[in-house]
Amino acid sequence: MTKRHIITLLVENHPGVLARVVGLISGRGYNIETLNVGPTHHPERSRMTMTVPGDDHVLEQVIKQLYKLVDVIEVSDLTDERHLNRELVLVEVAATEEKRAELVQLAGMCDAVVISVQDESLTMELADTRNRVADFIDLLKPYTILDLSRSGVIAVSRPE
Amino acid sequence: MTTETRTGADCVIEGLREAGADIVFGLPGGAVLDIFSKLYHADDMKLVLVRHEQGATHMADGYARATGKVGVCLVTSGPGATNAVTGLATAYMDGIPMVCISGQVPSHMIGNDAFQEADTTGITRAVTKHNYLVHNADDLPRIFAEAFHIASTGKPGPVLIDIPKDVQRAATTAAATPAVNLAGYRPQSGYNPEQVKQLADAINTAKRPLLYTGGGVIAGNASAELTALAHKANIPVTTTLMGLGGFPETDPLALRMLGMHGSMTANLAVGECDLLISVGARFDDRVTGRIAEFAPTAKKAHIDIDPSSINKSVAVDIPVVGHAKDVLAALTDLVDTRERGEWVEHLSEQKARFPLAYDEKTEELLPQYVIDMVYKVSNGEALIVTDVGQHQMWAAHFFKYTAPRTFLSSGGLGTMGYGLPAGIGAQAAFPDKNVVVLSGDGSIQMCFQELVVAVEHGWNVNTVILNNGHLGMVRQWQEMFYGKEYAGSVLKQEDRPANEKMPPQANDEFLPDFVKLAEAYGAIGVRVTCKEDVVPALEKAFSTKAPVVIECIVKEEENVYPMVPPGASLDETILSMV
Repeated sequence: MTKRHIITLLVENHPGVLARVVGLISGRGYNIETLNVGPTHHPERSRMTMTVPGDDHVLEQVIKQLYKLVDVIEVSDLTDERHLNRELVLVEVAATEEKRAELVQLAGMCDAVVISVQDESLTMELADTRNRVADFIDLLKPYTILDLSRSGVIAVSRPE
Repeated sequence: MTTETRTGADCVIEGLREAGADIVFGLPGGAVLDIFSKLYHADDMKLVLVRHEQGATHMADGYARATGKVGVCLVTSGPGATNAVTGLATAYMDGIPMVCISGQVPSHMIGNDAFQEADTTGITRAVTKHNYLVHNADDLPRIFAEAFHIASTGKPGPVLIDIPKDVQRAATTAAATPAVNLAGYRPQSGYNPEQVKQLADAINTAKRPLLYTGGGVIAGNASAELTALAHKANIPVTTTLMGLGGFPETDPLALRMLGMHGSMTANLAVGECDLLISVGARFDDRVTGRIAEFAPTAKKAHIDIDPSSINKSVAVDIPVVGHAKDVLAALTDLVDTRERGEWVEHLSEQKARFPLAYDEKTEELLPQYVIDMVYKVSNGEALIVTDVGQHQMWAAHFFKYTAPRTFLSSGGLGTMGYGLPAGIGAQAAFPDKNVVVLSGDGSIQMCFQELVVAVEHGWNVNTVILNNGHLGMVRQWQEMFYGKEYAGSVLKQEDRPANEKMPPQANDEFLPDFVKLAEAYGAIGVRVTCKEDVVPALEKAFSTKAPVVIECIVKEEENVYPMVPPGASLDETILSMV
C-alpha cells in the first residue's frame, strides 16, 4: 500500500552529505516529497527529515540503500512509530482593510499567528502537524494567496 | 606514532604502504605530479604507466580480482578522472575492492572552471562505494586508512580519493596510523544463528534443493565451504557469470551457469527445485529472466553480506545476512547427509540430454572451438579474462572453471574493453600464470593500446581475438529480435548497410590488421584462419615468453545458445533458432 513515509536520518556533518542522500534516492528512481536538514545538539551530526511516498517494499529498499552510505549513521521510518512532527508554513494573503479582521479571526481559530501586516496583505505563520497545516491552507483558498513557503516536515521519535 | 613533518603527497605513499599496496597503475598529469614525484623515490612500489586511465582502472580491477587484494590506480584531474569513471563503475557493479587516487586543481581554484577541473567526487558519487575530496593534508592518513577499510570490507567496492594540488604540497604532522572509526559504516560481522538454523531445517526437509551462487562466494573466499556443503547434503550447484570458479564445474553436482545464456539443465532446475539457496548472488535480471516466474514453486533463501541485496528484486522466505564463508560453514555443520538420488540423477540425465555443445565436426572455424581448445591446450589451468559479448558467454560455456579467481569478467556493467587491461593487471600479480584474454574484434579495440604495457614489463599475457567481423552479440539480437536490421554492428568492410558503406579500401580484408597492430606494440601477432592451425598457435603462444595476440577469423553467423529471450522466463530457454 502506498503511503507517505516520514524518514529521519542522522548523518555526519560533512560537506556533500546532502548531495549523496538526494543523489541516491533520485538515482534509484524514488521520489522525495519534502526534505529538511539542520544541525543537532552534536556538532558533528546533522538531522535530515524527509517524506517519501511509496509502499513498504519501496521504503525497505530506500532505508537499506541509505544505510549503505558511509556518512549515514542512523535511519528511521517514523510513520508507524510514536513520533512528533511539525511543519512550518509562511503564507501571505491579500487583505484589504475590511478583510483583515476576518483573516485575523481565522488565523486565531487555527492557532496561526500574524507576523506581518502590509497595506494590501497579511503574512501569517503556522507551525503544526502536516495535516493541520494543509487544512489551514485550504481554509485560505477563498482568499488570494500571494506567496507561500512550507518547511517540509521535521520529526522526532517520541519516547514511551 | 609518526609526527614528523611531511607533505600530503608523502602521506599518500605512506597510506599506500600502510595498506600493503605495492603496485600502482597510473598516468600523470599536472594536478598529480607531486604524488608522482614521491613515487619516483618509492623503491618498494611498482609504478605501471598505462596509456589511458580506463586501462589503469581495469588493471587495478584485474589485479584485485586475481588476488583478492585492493587494486590501486592513480590519475590526474579533469580528463584523467573522467576517463577512470567506466573502470570505477565496472568495479562498483561487481563489488571489486579498489582505491582510485585522483589529483584535483588547487583548493582555491575549485569551482572556477579551472584548466583540467572536473567535479570528480560529484561525477563518481554514483559509481563508488564512497569518495573523498580532501580539504586538509592532516586528514590524509585517516582518509587512506578509511578508504582501504571501506574498499575491502562488507561488499567490497571502489573508493575514490580526490586530492587538490595544494593539499598534496601542504605540510602536516598528522599521525601515520590513525584508528578507523566510522560511525556510519558498520559492515556485517557474524550472522543470525536462528536464520541459519531455519535454512538448515529447510535444506533437511527439501527434496529438490538447488544452490545458486554468485560473486560473493569468490569475494568471500568461500569456495571450500560451498563445496563442503554441496557434497555433504548433495545439493546441485548452478553459478552466475560472476560466480564461475566458485564451485568446480567438473564436479558431478555442477549444473554450470544459469540465466539468459545459462545451461538448459540449470535453467530447468530453477523451475523444478523446491528450495533455492542463493549465496552471494543478487537476482540480477540477466539471471532471473521474467522475475515473476523465477523459481515459482521454490522456497527461496538468500545469503548475502549486503542487507540491501535481500528482497531487492525477489521476495525471499529465509534471509541470512552474513559472510558466505561463515554462514556456509555453519550450515554444513547443521545439515544432514543426504543422497537425494532421484533429484541428482534427474539432473544428470538433463545434462546428458542438453549439453553445452557446438558442432565439433564442421570444417569451419567456430569461435566455440577456439575456446574449447584454449581449455584443452592449457589443461584447464589458464586464468581466463574476457571482454564482453558473445565470446564472453562462450568463455563461460566451453572452459570449465575449477578454482576461484580464474575467470575475470565484467558482469554487472558489461564493459567492452575490460579484458586486455584486466588481464595485464592479473598477469602483474602472477607473472608466471598462463593468463589468456578472450576478446572479440569489437571489444579489443576499446583498450588495445594497453598491450604495450604488457610488452614493456615482459608480462606474457596471451590474447585470443575471436574475429567475426561484427559486434557479435548486437548482431545476434538484431537477427533474433530486430528483423535483421544490422545497423552499426558490421565491423568488416563488406556487407554493410547502404548508409554505412565504405569506399573500397586498399587492403580491406583485415581492417584493422590485428597482427600488424600487435607487432606495432612490440607483441607477437598471429592470424589463424582454419581449424587445424588453432592448437599449434595456442601451444606456441603458451610456451612463448612474450605477449602473443592470436587473431582467429571465425564463422560470422554463430549465435550464443541456449538463450532466454529478453523478458521471457527461464523455462522459455531456447536451444537454437530452428
